[in-house]
Amino acid sequence: MSVIANGLSRVRYEIVSYFRQGDSVFFTFLFPLVMLTIFAVAFSETPFGPPGEEVSAARFYLPGMLAAGVLLSGLQNMSIDIAVEKSDGTLKRLAGTPLSPISFFIGKIGQVLVTGALQAALLILVAHFAFGVELPTEAGAWLTFAWVFLFGVSTCAILGIGLSGLPRSGKSATAVIIPIVLILQFISGVYLSFAMLPTWLQNVASVFPLKWLAQGMRSVFLPSSFEAAEPGGSWDLAGVAIFTGIWLVAGLIAARLTFRWIRKDA
Amino acid sequence: MSMDDVVEVRGLRKTYRGGFEALKGIDFTIERGETFALLGPNGAGKSTTIEILEGYRDRTGGEARVLGVDPQHGGLGWKARIGIVLQNTGEQPNATVREQLTHFAGLYPRPRDVDKVIAAVGLTDQARTRIRRLSGGQRRRVDVALGIVGNPELLFLDEPTTGFDPEARRSFWELIRSLKREGTTILLTTHYLDEAAQLADRAGVIAGGRLVALGAIDELGGADARVPIVRWSEKGVVREERTQRPGELVARLAAKGEPERLEVIRPALEDIYLDLVREAAA
Repeated sequence: MSVIANGLSRVRYEIVSYFRQGDSVFFTFLFPLVMLTIFAVAFSETPFGPPGEEVSAARFYLPGMLAAGVLLSGLQNMSIDIAVEKSDGTLKRLAGTPLSPISFFIGKIGQVLVTGALQAALLILVAHFAFGVELPTEAGAWLTFAWVFLFGVSTCAILGIGLSGLPRSGKSATAVIIPIVLILQFISGVYLSFAMLPTWLQNVASVFPLKWLAQGMRSVFLPSSFEAAEPGGSWDLAGVAIFTGIWLVAGLIAARLTFRWIRKDA
Repeated sequence: MSMDDVVEVRGLRKTYRGGFEALKGIDFTIERGETFALLGPNGAGKSTTIEILEGYRDRTGGEARVLGVDPQHGGLGWKARIGIVLQNTGEQPNATVREQLTHFAGLYPRPRDVDKVIAAVGLTDQARTRIRRLSGGQRRRVDVALGIVGNPELLFLDEPTTGFDPEARRSFWELIRSLKREGTTILLTTHYLDEAAQLADRAGVIAGGRLVALGAIDELGGADARVPIVRWSEKGVVREERTQRPGELVARLAAKGEPERLEVIRPALEDIYLDLVREAAA
């Protein structure tokens, strides 16, 4: 079917273009890796975690960086990309071709899935081989990682489509999107230990999906002794699934309602 | 509407939010295989008209049919039959010319051969160059190539040669003539009257949201507009007279002694066009 075939052709096209765009490779693809390296090196002598169960900075920060990567590859990359394409006429051009919007989104989401997966793989490999982070050995943990990752990337990508309508022009896209992404990272346990945040801020962060993704990632990569430090003393994977799911559905509705190839009577 | 009309427009009106009336009722048709030029000053309504026909804008009133379909509701099958070259469009700067064309060709059911299209727009040497490294004129040729790569029945060209050097413009004209020979119907807007005269079978002149003239290029403005003008000076005052027999008038003038600064002017398309636009503004 040509909608699918065109969508797959878009995936390839989008991925090639993505990796040829130097700034997006740095700010969305390599950024979490750079941050992980900084934390691992800066706090190389500092133990993290409950007494007797301490882990290295690299291990402590890996889950947060994976969650941040999902947010950057999905939400940030997608929303800025579409906002820019809207204002530079790319979408107008596509609107004049027999490309279905469904194929267009297969292309975008495919690109996000592939680049997000490469990014996660790179983070895990560097954490393991460069910083000696122990990786889980049970299949169950990797299964959790897989669903949290896939669910998270899809949700963030869909939310990115919805957010792409927020900036008024392609030029303001980074200025509008990056602060949102940055604030979310600070309150959701990516850069700052979530357990250290005041309860009210934890409650605010719990409304947004990033906190749940970071929590899901911690459940995979941190020892079970860390579970007690979570709000409610549990990894709460059901909560991860429910909150991410709610945002996914909300994002789908928002994208369906707000996305247009062009503003017809601007 | 005849079977051979590719574009039919009746009483087309467009009022923008805020009340600006861009089109105040426009009628014209374009037959299959014809090249039709829409002329007019900036802001006259040319782009509004072409964008309504391309499906980018909704009309406020009147009728529009493009390939038998209301462009407001043109689906993907309809889009596969048209080609659009917009005034300005973003290119994927990171793709090469060949990648970009191959990708777009893949979206159409019966595309043209990509290498032939690249050759036709004169970019064979740049086929493997990323679009961001092309000059402005070369990027414009990529736009044109993307417009024709789907092998459209109807091609929209909105000011296609803006920014071309004279040589590029001439080779572009040659390309359009070859599309015409293959039977492509073309709707062209342009500021360059020589371009319209070179390419179009018929033209319409839009001014102030109305069609002020419509017809074959060499009949535009009517026979009166083409009556030669004899101009000369008498005691420092410029005199002019329009006559079908300029020779006779010149002979009569010369009989009274050599007239000062004598000239006989046959109005070119540009003079006729400027007259039409001036009249519409008055």
